[in-house]
Amino acid sequence: MRHHEEEPTASPYVEHAHAHVVPLRVYVIAYIALLVLMGGTVLAYYKHPASTLASNVIALAIAVIKAVIVVLFFMQVRYSTRLTWVWAAIGFIWLIILFSTVTDYISRGWIPIKGWTP
Amino acid sequence: MSSEAAEVPRFRPREADEDLGVQYEDMEQQNESYIVGMWTFLVTEIMFFGALFLAYLTYRTLYPSVFMAAHYELDVKLGAINTVVLLTSSFSMAIAVWAAQTKNRAIEIGGLIFTMICACAFLVIKGFEWAAKFEHRLVPGPLYAWPPHGYAGPVVPGNETQMFFCLYFAMTGLHALHVIIGLLVMIVLLVLILKDSPLVRYYMPVEMTGLYWHFVDVVWIFLFPLYYLIPSH
Repeated sequence: MRHHEEEPTASPYVEHAHAHVVPLRVYVIAYIALLVLMGGTVLAYYKHPASTLASNVIALAIAVIKAVIVVLFFMQVRYSTRLTWVWAAIGFIWLIILFSTVTDYISRGWIPIKGWTP
Repeated sequence: MSSEAAEVPRFRPREADEDLGVQYEDMEQQNESYIVGMWTFLVTEIMFFGALFLAYLTYRTLYPSVFMAAHYELDVKLGAINTVVLLTSSFSMAIAVWAAQTKNRAIEIGGLIFTMICACAFLVIKGFEWAAKFEHRLVPGPLYAWPPHGYAGPVVPGNETQMFFCLYFAMTGLHALHVIIGLLVMIVLLVLILKDSPLVRYYMPVEMTGLYWHFVDVVWIFLFPLYYLIPSH
């Protein structure tokens, strides 16, 4: 049961509603970090245009870091409840499952099968 | 407006939490329900965008040189500008949510309007990019022609480059559709805020719109390097 300790004189509503206000400073830092990473990824593209594993990994790694910054700070998951963490993570866990189906494409040529030509 | 809300008959006393729905125990529970509900929707979004990213991965692995050649037809500068525009809109959206939480009406409205301007700018730039593709006959279909005029890259089969543009239009098109939907949601939100509607008195509708908008931003964060920044020779 819900119980009320004292008369809500000041404003418990304001306190409740403002439980998860993220300071503005966090958004500014996150935004600057995103712009720096954005510059970095374009710079890396022009500086290392050769298609190597490293250049691909750099481009994607920067994208992942940017996405994590947006999800944690702009979307405030960093300051949210455990349940929100689970929900936010579950979509990306699904992506891992989805992308693991690529193993089918990779492994098809491993065992020669009669009548199947790649 | 608080006196008006207090007169509405309720199943239990609402005391100071005038924005607490009757079905919730307290504000924490209500907030969590909002956020988890929105994330459930976003997970379904991740699912169908994920399938498109998988299709992209498959075809890029099958035809790496084709993807390298075809991506030269995309304008890195416009793509980079659009990325900055979208990141900025995400930032202003976060500010609008912050203002909604701290009941700062002017900043809330300003942040929303700025976000909408950024969304429009994104769509206009995207429109120019697409128009150029139509002009160069790079839109998949019967009018598709490869290589385009002035193409100086390596010789690659035309049909496979068409696959690149199929994926490009499908994914950026779906993303642009999300931007348009976000824009419409923000218009509705702005009208309700300007009318002082009780629907948006609590900050959660703005925060929900923010979550959606940041998600759209995250999708573009991946689309940009995957289409515009393919490393090649």
